[in-house]
Amino acid sequence: MADKRIDEPTGVETVGHEWDGIEELNTPLPRWWLWTFYATIVFAIGYVVVYPAIPGRHAATAGTLGWTSRGALDKDLKAADAARAQTRAAIAATPVEKLADNPQLLRAAIEGGAAAFKQNCVQCHGAGAAGSKGYPNLNDDDWLWGGDIATIHQTLEHGIRYPGDEQTRVSQMPAFGKDGILTAAQVQDVVSHVRVISGQDKPNASSTRGAQIFADNCSVCHGANGEGNRTVGAPRLNDKIWLYGGDRATLTQTVTYARQGVMPAWGQRLDPVTIKMLAAYVHSRGGGEALPPAAPAAPATAAVAQAR
Amino acid sequence: MSSIVERHKTLERNVTLLAVLAFAAVTIGGIVEIAPLFWIDNTIEKVEGMRPYTPLEQAGRDIYVREGCYVCHSQMIRPFRDETERYGHYSLAAESMYDHPFQWGSKRTGPDLARVGGKYSDEWHVQHLKDPRSVVPESIMPTYQFLAGRPLNQGDMTAELQTLYTTGVPYTKDQIAKANDDLKAQADPENATEFKKRWPKAQVRDFDGDPTKLTEMDALVAYLQMLGTLVDVNAPAAQEDLAKEKGR
Repeated sequence: MADKRIDEPTGVETVGHEWDGIEELNTPLPRWWLWTFYATIVFAIGYVVVYPAIPGRHAATAGTLGWTSRGALDKDLKAADAARAQTRAAIAATPVEKLADNPQLLRAAIEGGAAAFKQNCVQCHGAGAAGSKGYPNLNDDDWLWGGDIATIHQTLEHGIRYPGDEQTRVSQMPAFGKDGILTAAQVQDVVSHVRVISGQDKPNASSTRGAQIFADNCSVCHGANGEGNRTVGAPRLNDKIWLYGGDRATLTQTVTYARQGVMPAWGQRLDPVTIKMLAAYVHSRGGGEALPPAAPAAPATAAVAQAR
Repeated sequence: MSSIVERHKTLERNVTLLAVLAFAAVTIGGIVEIAPLFWIDNTIEKVEGMRPYTPLEQAGRDIYVREGCYVCHSQMIRPFRDETERYGHYSLAAESMYDHPFQWGSKRTGPDLARVGGKYSDEWHVQHLKDPRSVVPESIMPTYQFLAGRPLNQGDMTAELQTLYTTGVPYTKDQIAKANDDLKAQADPENATEFKKRWPKAQVRDFDGDPTKLTEMDALVAYLQMLGTLVDVNAPAAQEDLAKEKGR
């Protein structure tokens, strides 16, 4: 390497080799780059000391800060919990029927319920709680099982026809067509009648025949005039609100095969406070009803009995 | 000084030596990064409740992989507040110990599915798979209507379970031998007595709402409904074990 020389036009030293007369300048790295590089090395040494880094027999070195990803999460959650603790404790201590007595607490519960709704409920009931085919709209006053806050709370806690919860709301519509209870013609007559009482068609011969079949088979649950029955979750039929659809094809399908909507028992997944908040939110959507005046002392047991 | 600086020229001019030393450098890096995962406690924490997939769930998992669900959905809840509040308790390594291959990831075009089991009804899953936009208007998920019509034909489940057994999934001899019967029995509650003996805690019901046929929809919904339900991570005992970890 003795033939290094200074390149005259640039004044820079060459690296000392040449190929067919072509030489290479030994241009040094920019200073800022070099110092940044040294700084990263120093930083890395510091990082290894304070954070978990070098793996050992059972675990990596803990680092002087004692940081872990789970520890950091725990801290985050505790901070969030602490911020909410007072409100949650107040909600936990208030029976769901009494929430309305404290407007400020009710407002907090509704806000919390709105957040929980976005996470857990929108998949079926829609972002605006407007529902979709097979999943009820929660903004109106047409309730399947009841719209006072205690009943909503019961539905949330135990679900509807949910396997694995003994207190879940249960009822079963027979599959009138499939199981041969009604003939195909009779099914059509009942559908005609339902379309008449829901104000979609004018009475005709078919619906007159259907009225008798309705009285014999359907009125037990849906009521003599199709007004529905909340104790068994039988929908009201004499209005224009439909869960699955009021056209002839959908009604035929419903009567033939029956419908068995399912809602999870949220008591198994969510904590009691969140369920109370969800009940408050759903109740606040516009269709919320006042509590029944009877049996205000033991509303929870009343709701259970109602569900059975 | 100059002698050290100059010495790398020896390396640059000897291809074989360069290759050997580059390999050595990569090997050391690999060992330091990968090998400890086989012994440090964090990756092999013990949990209660894990069991291998039932034949029907495994068949559903095969469909999940076949249809590329993993391209958009991960199954790994990371320990961040935003993830645990949305999806549930963060995933533990042991929860995917019988997964071949595992479904971890953090790229989520769709939501994480690690704890989706039991969150929605079977009916919801069927409707959502048939027409995602009927329940989630803003969804960009493709429709999987055809799953409901296709009979489940995953080949010999005994052979599949045997293969998984050789990779270390602890199926019993009985479970392997009766795999093809169990595949049908799990979706047929009336003939599931034997199945329940072999798989005490598995969910048994008709999953796709059509009891007359065993379809690919049955298998996929059975798989989705058990995801994240095996280990009760929020149980007091599990929490106590986790609390022993440093930094909590």
